[in-house]
Amino acid sequence: MDWMAWTWPTAIFFMVIAALLITFTILAIKFPETPRTGILRIETTRGDRLFITLLGSAFINLAWLGIIGAHQPYALIVCLVYAAAVFRWV
Amino acid sequence: MEKTVNQKAWFLVLPVLVLVAFSAVIPLMTVVNYSVQDTFGQNQFFWAGLEWFEEMLRSDRMWDALGRQLMFSGIILAIEIPLGIFVALNMPKSGFWASFCLVLMSLPLLIPWNVVGTIWQIFGRVDIGLLGYTLDALGVNYNYTQDTIAAWITIIVMDVWHWTSLVALLAYAGLKSIPDAYYQAAKIDQASRWKVFRYIELPKMMGVLMIAILLRFMDSFMIYTEPFVVTGGGPGNATTLLSIDLVKMALGQFDLGPAAAFSLMYFLVILLISWVFYTVMVNLDKKGM
Repeated sequence: MDWMAWTWPTAIFFMVIAALLITFTILAIKFPETPRTGILRIETTRGDRLFITLLGSAFINLAWLGIIGAHQPYALIVCLVYAAAVFRWV
Repeated sequence: MEKTVNQKAWFLVLPVLVLVAFSAVIPLMTVVNYSVQDTFGQNQFFWAGLEWFEEMLRSDRMWDALGRQLMFSGIILAIEIPLGIFVALNMPKSGFWASFCLVLMSLPLLIPWNVVGTIWQIFGRVDIGLLGYTLDALGVNYNYTQDTIAAWITIIVMDVWHWTSLVALLAYAGLKSIPDAYYQAAKIDQASRWKVFRYIELPKMMGVLMIAILLRFMDSFMIYTEPFVVTGGGPGNATTLLSIDLVKMALGQFDLGPAAAFSLMYFLVILLISWVFYTVMVNLDKKGM
């Protein structure tokens, strides 16, 4: 594992992503769902909404870093608000 | 009768997953690890946090390269898509000449990138290249190694030469799939040539055109070899597109941290655009286009 240059923060980052994927897989198996159409006028499933959330969160974090440049953890609050909005309306 | 759900077939996908893990996921994870650390070689790393991301976001270098990249992709799409459609509309529909045209069109697609680059690199040279020499003899000031405009024209014409065929072939396939009945109906209604194109051919080609746009956009957005062989990113930084800049940073300067941060942002942009295109395509599919 040495050549991959692991650090704890990046390991935790990937563990969170993996946990999310596993959780959503289990959810998809236990509670199958029908896709719905939200404000983007595209059909989305829970998995799609997770993808939109994660991708958007990456951009929110970068925007925070580029524009504000301090107190990076607060960007996660914006991400959570964004996630809630995506799961509610998209 | 209810269908039995059997998810065991997913196990058949396992070999692909393992392959993708080794070829893509693990290297990508390593890039993420590099992006938050600094190294001076010897596989020794020092924690740097978000420093590289911040540095990259504030560097003109990356934004300039992104600007050039978007301009390049925009220009080649604006030329290749209409030109490809135009070529497809004018290709013979059947017989010997149809096959002849198809073979002719696919020739540029078969040539490896670096060979295309070399062809154009020599073709454009003022001293020995046919194009460069002719233009020079005609009194046109053309020198792609020194003049920004000439360099840009060269790499754009090269890309158009290499890839318009792909758009044309896809559009041609789309055109061939339109049943004759549509044209007959248009004839009865005395529709003009433009209206046939606008209301029959274009809507029917929409699906394949989206694929063409997606393929051409992604390919041009990640282009490296061809412009690198022709101009090497020059003159100055005039044709240093994103991936050329990235390779310079990662391998030329061995700045692994900043290069990793750069490539992750590059990756995110590509992921976003792919997702948008994919969503649009799936939705077109549902509408039956």
